[in-house]
Amino acid sequence: MDITLQTVMSQVMLGLNNGVFYAILSLGLAVIFGLLNIVNFAHGALYMLGAYVALLGFTSLGPLLGMPDFHLNYWAALIIAPLVVGALGVVIERTMLRRLYKFDHLYGLLLTFGLALIIQGVFTNFFNVSGDPYEAKPEILNGAVNLGFMMFPKYRLWVIAISLLVCFGTWYVIERTKLGSYLRAGTENPELVKAFGVNVPLMITLTYGYGVALAAFAGVLAAPIYSVSPVMGAEMIITVFAVVVIGGMGSIMGSIVTGLLLGIVEGLTKVVYAPASSTVIFLIMVVVLLVKPAGLFGRES
Amino acid sequence: MNKTIWIMLIIIGLLAPFVVYPVFMMKLLCFALFACAFNLLLGYTGLLSFGHAAFFGSASYITGHLVKNSGLTPELGILGGTLFAALLGYLVGSLAIRRQGIYFAMVTLALAQIVYFVALKAPFTGGEDGLQGIPRGKLFGLIDLGHVYTVGGNPLGLNLYYFVFALFCLGFWIIFRTINSPFGQVLKAIRENEPRAVSLGYKVERFKLTAFVISAALAGMAGAMKSLVFQLASLTDVSWHTSGEVVLMTLLGGVGTVLGPLVGAFTVVTLQSELSSVGSWITVIIGGIFVICVLLFRHGFVGELARLLKRSL
Repeated sequence: MDITLQTVMSQVMLGLNNGVFYAILSLGLAVIFGLLNIVNFAHGALYMLGAYVALLGFTSLGPLLGMPDFHLNYWAALIIAPLVVGALGVVIERTMLRRLYKFDHLYGLLLTFGLALIIQGVFTNFFNVSGDPYEAKPEILNGAVNLGFMMFPKYRLWVIAISLLVCFGTWYVIERTKLGSYLRAGTENPELVKAFGVNVPLMITLTYGYGVALAAFAGVLAAPIYSVSPVMGAEMIITVFAVVVIGGMGSIMGSIVTGLLLGIVEGLTKVVYAPASSTVIFLIMVVVLLVKPAGLFGRES
Repeated sequence: MNKTIWIMLIIIGLLAPFVVYPVFMMKLLCFALFACAFNLLLGYTGLLSFGHAAFFGSASYITGHLVKNSGLTPELGILGGTLFAALLGYLVGSLAIRRQGIYFAMVTLALAQIVYFVALKAPFTGGEDGLQGIPRGKLFGLIDLGHVYTVGGNPLGLNLYYFVFALFCLGFWIIFRTINSPFGQVLKAIRENEPRAVSLGYKVERFKLTAFVISAALAGMAGAMKSLVFQLASLTDVSWHTSGEVVLMTLLGGVGTVLGPLVGAFTVVTLQSELSSVGSWITVIIGGIFVICVLLFRHGFVGELARLLKRSL
């Protein structure tokens, strides 16, 4: 294949499209890690769960309620899936994670790993591992737009736009608003914030809920692009872990930027040497560990 | 620990194939050694590796390749697999110890994923099918490991069993000696309080790396044994599921106890064979045990027993 500006630019766009998923997921991990000090291994499984809420809402919810004509449409799924998964997150935090804060942080990782196995296992039993298509993509997002250098699918453009909006919106709330300042203070010193009368346990619960809701949101966005399968989250989470190691979880903006950049790098690798594209993120991680062990945006504790 | 316990365990090990299906016993020994090797790292050095399947699986492939395609004898095949795992452990370890705690776990998981990709794509691994039909061969070119005796009407592959049992004992002994050496004491010091160990002048990095290499090598030996027992090296052996399973075995049996990983491996392997009829629900059950274990049972079977008896096991 000749390397023309056109092929490069189109891979950059497709890479950016993957990058926004890395960005949303690593952002969620970073938000959760900041306050709870745990790495949420269930993040991939909850991303998958978000996609399934959208899929099942479209195909099975109507018949289940005795209204065969009812289909949960895409826009509603985009709101409802994060709410459902966020609520599940609240339950998980209240009933399980809460008991572990006084122990080693590794137990949080192990617990969420167990939860990931349960969620993934249940869906593997009921659904096809090779995946089911999600066919509720709205009319208005069909077709392609001419970007000058390529015809780019409208839907992917929408995914990039809305994801960037959500990522930077989250960044704005955390870094620039009063609510965000409580959150950041809670990250630095929860005891002190408690002494000021802020309900820190509630804040922790809602933070976890918000983090996993972001994962579910990404899952719904992914549903029309990739087929919805029980293993979609497992493949994603390991890559996102590598992204998080590269970026460091200390910075919200850092995790967004790292996610986007690595998506683009992955896309560009497809142009240069396609077989390496599935491992390039892991290889970059190796280089970062050698050169700057704390991660690109990391603060060494 | 009490000498009589050891002698009893060895006698049980020697007599087991006459009572239990030998292949089951050998699977148990392989995973028990794997869990013991993992426990050296998590239990005695405080490092959670989430990528130990990389060593177990890659050694399994290397041994399979050496025995099947290069025609080496089984002991040389296992030696080759173990050395490869040690080398890989050195590479992965030197990178991973640059980060602490939770990052260490994520780094090992991600590096193990590279090994998984290689196993999927490399020319000699057989891709999705794995490396099948690995011959058991003749030990030292003399003793046929595939030989089947008939004892009381039952066919028993005793040569292979005792070979695997001997290797297990060797591996277990190495771990036991490591834990109870001055070196092991330093590892425990690092686990308890790393900054303090640094301030006492120990080169913590070097200790961690050495422990990592020993653990990787023995995990590799377990994988190498497994490839002879099942005559198969497959992608499952290098996947993150296997890495998770060994964490569960150690946790369930008791992190940081000598006998815990044995009990944990026994529990998980038994569960898997007893519940093979439920198909993929097994993943849900394993996940459930994980959750229960972390929430209610953090010391594991042996750990709880040790607390009850107020002595270390």
